[in-house]
Amino acid sequence: MSAPRDHWGRSVSTQPTWAIETSGLVKVYGRTRAVDGLDLKVPAGLVYGILGPNGAGKSTTIRMLATLLRPDGGTARIFGHDVLGEPDSVRRRISVTGQYASVDEGLTGLENLVLMGRLQGYSWARARARATELIDGFGLGDARDRLLRTYSGGMRRRLDIAASIVVTPDLLFLDEPTTGLDPRSRTQVWDIVRALVEAGTTVLLTTQYLDEADQLADRIAVIDQGRVIAEGTTGELKSSLGSDVLRLRLQDARWRPEAERFLSAELGVTVHPGSDPTTLTARVTDTQAVMRALAGLSRTAVEVRDFSLGQSSLDEVFLALTGHKADDQHTGKTSEEEAA
Amino acid sequence: MTTAQHTTRTTTVDGRLRTVLSAGERPPRVTAVSATLTHLWRAMMAFKHFPVQLIDIVLMPLIFLLMFTYLFGGAFADSTEEYLQFYLPGVMVQAVVMMTVYTGTSLNTDIHKGVFDRFRTLPFWQPATLAGSLLGDVLRYVVALTTTVLLGLLLGFRPDGGALGVVLAMLVLIVFGFSVSWIFAALGVVASEPERVSGTSMIVLYPLLFMSNIFVMPETMPGWMQGVVDANPMSHAATASRALMHGSADFWDVGLVLCVCVGLVAVFGPLTMRLYRTKNAR
Ligand SMILES: Nc1ncnc2c1ncn2[C@@H]1O[C@H](COP(=O)(O)OP(=O)(O)OP(=O)(O)O)[C@@H](O)[C@H]1O
Ligand SMILES: [Mg+2]
Repeated sequence: MSAPRDHWGRSVSTQPTWAIETSGLVKVYGRTRAVDGLDLKVPAGLVYGILGPNGAGKSTTIRMLATLLRPDGGTARIFGHDVLGEPDSVRRRISVTGQYASVDEGLTGLENLVLMGRLQGYSWARARARATELIDGFGLGDARDRLLRTYSGGMRRRLDIAASIVVTPDLLFLDEPTTGLDPRSRTQVWDIVRALVEAGTTVLLTTQYLDEADQLADRIAVIDQGRVIAEGTTGELKSSLGSDVLRLRLQDARWRPEAERFLSAELGVTVHPGSDPTTLTARVTDTQAVMRALAGLSRTAVEVRDFSLGQSSLDEVFLALTGHKADDQHTGKTSEEEAA
Repeated sequence: MTTAQHTTRTTTVDGRLRTVLSAGERPPRVTAVSATLTHLWRAMMAFKHFPVQLIDIVLMPLIFLLMFTYLFGGAFADSTEEYLQFYLPGVMVQAVVMMTVYTGTSLNTDIHKGVFDRFRTLPFWQPATLAGSLLGDVLRYVVALTTTVLLGLLLGFRPDGGALGVVLAMLVLIVFGFSVSWIFAALGVVASEPERVSGTSMIVLYPLLFMSNIFVMPETMPGWMQGVVDANPMSHAATASRALMHGSADFWDVGLVLCVCVGLVAVFGPLTMRLYRTKNAR
């Protein structure tokens, strides 16, 4: 896909190096198997997305990979270094931005970055220069001398990421970097991630949003209940997940049977009536066919108020992949416990 | 990859971002001393931004000083002025020791903050985090001791040891406080929440403080209690503080306290650091 980056040159081994390689990784909390035999292989130099619903084990996985949490089973290697055996070698190459702000609330933005620079071996002068450079680069120059507790969520997130790259890491973990951000801040974070990857950093990010994974990630692992249930490039995954969803809203409910008939004939797929009597949904694969069908529909008596063609929501993906809804893991768990 | 696409997309971010990111330099590993000093700096900056905490620090010893001197002073000694000469060096021990609990609780609060996760993933000498915090607390001891002495002077405290005696006494007490704070640091590391630290600590501390010669000399106590008081390190600290301030200190008055300090740090220093390291790997 891309030519080997300077990144590859930096790594000692001549064999293909995985940025992350886990095998059978397990973390148990009481009766909860938070991570349950996770196998991951993340190639260096790209953005790898871990997609999963609440409680899937995303944060737990990141914490184990970042040497913050001791795995109960399995192995994990970061650029070939074992997280348990050589935590210091791992720590020299990684950086983590946790799900909840991992910055010091009691310091100013600038001081936070100076702190990180100092702890990674910069002199006071160099740490200060680097901190200033970063805080300006991240568009936080005006807030540099304000205490972190006065930052908004988006500002905090950006400073958090800046704190992670005071020394550019080989591998950056970002745990739900955009949850709770407005669209503008979200785009800013995305841009930062893209720029980082261009500069040679491998990024592992977790997200609950399919479109975020789609926008950013070169490869995605979908995890549920601590296991990988699907893995591949975004393209591969999307085609395996199949289809987009066409949603249609009519001016009046009485046209629905006719619209349903027309569309299923044009598209060759089943068209489902929605819960609202004026709506219809259909899973579709061919955008061109959808446009032709809609054009055809506009020439009939049916009046369409609006329509949308979008990717399957995470819920739908989960339904397709696991056979259960994203938020009823409890049923899944009960059956698992019964089996045990 | 699709560089052109990336370029257009990045326009929302300041153009400087790119150059900032590709700075691929790798500084050498930070030394243990630098890491500790950096954490000390962090503590001092936090203090600077939140000076209101001074009020708590200053008020407690002042209230004790006023209360004991004017409530019990006359009964404990011949006059309140005379009791003040006796009690002021003692209340300073009390002030410092009570503040070491604060060290434990604030460390506990700190450890559960996200920024500590970040510290744990950086390749520096990890105990620097603790050592820096504890050194930072020395600043609080200085503030508390200074205000107590100043109020004492205002109320009529007249140290025979002069300014030098007072400064030496303060130095000894600061070392004492720093050493004792390692006990509560250990508690602060293992406790699940700050309230537990202060709760447990007070149960231990109050008897220790009262069963000492801080408030009264042990002459009127039964023999077994005199034994307890004489063995109590709080008494050693109070004796040293008194002797230094009143210019009557001999070698062992101070030597004994410093031995206690060395012992405390030797035991609780490594223990706390060990607890902290293993807590990380949980
Ligand atoms: N410290 C803990 N003690 C007990 N259970 C825990 C602990 N941390 C996580 N868990 C459990 O492990 C499971 C996975 O949690 P984790 O935080 O990894 O999920 P997540 O995918 O990050 O979810 P979210 O999207 O909500 O952040 C959950 O069922 C959670 O309740
Ligand atoms: Mg999480």
